[in-house]
Amino acid sequence: MTKRSTWALPYAIFLVLFVALPLILIMFYAFRDAGGDFTFGNFVKFFTDKDAIETFALSLEVAIENTGICILLGYPAAWILANKKLNKSAVTIVLFIMPMWINALMRTLATAELFNVLGFQLGKGTLLAGMVYDYLPFMIYPIYNILEKMDKSYAEAASDLGATPWQVFWKVQVPLSMPGVISGIMMVFMPTVSTFAISEFLTNNKIKLFGTIIQENINSGMWNYGAALSLVMLVIIGITSLLQDSKKNLNEGRV
Amino acid sequence: MNNRENIIEIKNVSKSFGDKCILNNVSISVKQGEFLTLLGPSGCGKTTLLRMIAGFGSPDSGEILINGTDITDMPPHERPVNTVFQRYALFPHLDVYENIAFGLKLHKVPEDEIDKRVRKVLKMVSMTDYEDRDVESLSGGQQQRVAIARAIVNQPKVLLLDEPLSALDLKMRKDMQIELKEMHRKLGITFIYVTHDQEEALTLSDTIVVLDNGDIKQIGTPTDIYNEPQNAFVADFIGESNILNGKMIKDKLVEFAGHEFECVDEGFGENVDVDVVVRPEDIYITNKVESAQFTAKVKSCTFKGVHYEMFVDTDKGYELMIQDYNAFEPDTEVGLIIRPADIQVMHKERSVNTYEGEIISENKVKFLNAEWECEPQTEFEPGQKVNVSVNFSNVDLIDHPEDGTLEGEVYFLLYKGNHYHLTVMTDHREYIWVDTNDIWDKGDLVGINIAPKDIKITKLDD
Repeated sequence: MTKRSTWALPYAIFLVLFVALPLILIMFYAFRDAGGDFTFGNFVKFFTDKDAIETFALSLEVAIENTGICILLGYPAAWILANKKLNKSAVTIVLFIMPMWINALMRTLATAELFNVLGFQLGKGTLLAGMVYDYLPFMIYPIYNILEKMDKSYAEAASDLGATPWQVFWKVQVPLSMPGVISGIMMVFMPTVSTFAISEFLTNNKIKLFGTIIQENINSGMWNYGAALSLVMLVIIGITSLLQDSKKNLNEGRV
Repeated sequence: MNNRENIIEIKNVSKSFGDKCILNNVSISVKQGEFLTLLGPSGCGKTTLLRMIAGFGSPDSGEILINGTDITDMPPHERPVNTVFQRYALFPHLDVYENIAFGLKLHKVPEDEIDKRVRKVLKMVSMTDYEDRDVESLSGGQQQRVAIARAIVNQPKVLLLDEPLSALDLKMRKDMQIELKEMHRKLGITFIYVTHDQEEALTLSDTIVVLDNGDIKQIGTPTDIYNEPQNAFVADFIGESNILNGKMIKDKLVEFAGHEFECVDEGFGENVDVDVVVRPEDIYITNKVESAQFTAKVKSCTFKGVHYEMFVDTDKGYELMIQDYNAFEPDTEVGLIIRPADIQVMHKERSVNTYEGEIISENKVKFLNAEWECEPQTEFEPGQKVNVSVNFSNVDLIDHPEDGTLEGEVYFLLYKGNHYHLTVMTDHREYIWVDTNDIWDKGDLVGINIAPKDIKITKLDD
């Protein structure tokens, strides 16, 4: 072992302890019954339990809706922030990013309190509002980043070739900013699928998300079933990240 | 060519960014089908002017006409021009074919015609087999070709090229120059080309516009610009040259380098100070000292491939550059001959620094935004406006800018055979011209001092 590679040792230990080992344990528990014997029973239980499947579907639905709203609100916001003509001050960017500095739990509790004070009925509406509030900065930032760094000669070339400002936007700037949108989707969609605290506080536990049932199962000692559910969720997240990888290969070195 | 109509007219265009003047009252006419080059050092305003024609940036004053229509305020997408950008700006999310078809699709050209036209230009730029390629996978030269194809496929009235060859290596650049020239001939459309490379400009252009610091220094054909430069800047910028101070004694007789020469220039008047340009290949060098016009001693001799480049010290102490097919060893005594037609005489832009100043007190005068000590005078009252003049050779430049009355930067330098003629830009973006024997480099920061006795104050002539 050369001297330099020893520097990697702390990271290797960290990865083994906090990434690899938990994953192995999840795999281990997911395919065992309470007695410790190998079984597919946990997965059979999940796929035959109508309630569990419905919760799972609802979680995906909420995550997709949240991501969609974040794109619709976040893209124009990032666009305005990255446009030097519209936004002349770096302070505005900080204002948009600032919520990211505050603990998500505290923000969620405060949001819930706010809805209570305003007299809103806690339910799916407040859940989505809270999620958008929590995750919007994670959508804005990667898009802003890519728009801000985009060589403006692309836009000039397009308008030189006869594109109106609207066509420049749709035919050049939107496609070129897709890597930023994909990163935004990763940073919003993945954590929304596994969230449980937000749904607990913002719906008063009326709406249960997938993260909630995992948490409930683990908390009540049902480690094997909980691990199986976690594995299902990991697969979903894995599929989403494949989306980014394929895009990355396509766009390598482009922007 | 004279009866062809002007396709582009640039009329009195000025532009400043902050307090820096980029273009100063520039007027240019471009004829239909012409290959016009905007040539000048970086920062001369050539790219700004090209971008204005394309529609990126508008002039502070003046107007730009295409086919007689004022397009000064027309957005870029409505202008009948296309641009080849310096760094190509090919769309990375589209392949070669889609990049070229981009403009045609926007103009709703039928699919089969797009296909026909794209294939035709691909053939023209010799990129036929590359239509499905990702633009990022192409070499610099290939990207260049696609960028040209993407512009000309739209059949613009005018093609604008912003230093399109600057990113290519020398060999590739030479090949592309020939292809561009050929393309211009075939297409018959007007090319406006921006470059800082004088050789490129001479090779390609029908007309060259030499720009410096926002001013047009000369407009002419490549041969005019090379053989008959109108001022020292053009003579120095285009090709190699010997630029010397001279005096027009009378018509067809000029004195420089300590000798009188017959020349072909007339109408300067008698005993008028002029600048004289002699190209290094126009000085005949021979061993026969007796029959020569003047003599010199070879200082250095360098082989340059086609010719030898020699520096000689003349009998009157001037240094000249000479190019000849024969080598003359250092320390050889040689005879030199310059033919009348090879001597280019130019009006001096100025023979002394003159400024409008203001008397501050009996021995203080203000000009160039600084206060200078002058010899005690009683002729003028404080606050009175006066004319101040300082000889080029009386301006002292010093190494430490903070020790000067004024700080400045060496902006341009010209070797005049036995001294340097410098243009120094002051901190307030004004110019002072200096003759010196000291060696300075472009960009050097200097302090500027003038001895009180060398500041000449006269009544302001109105």
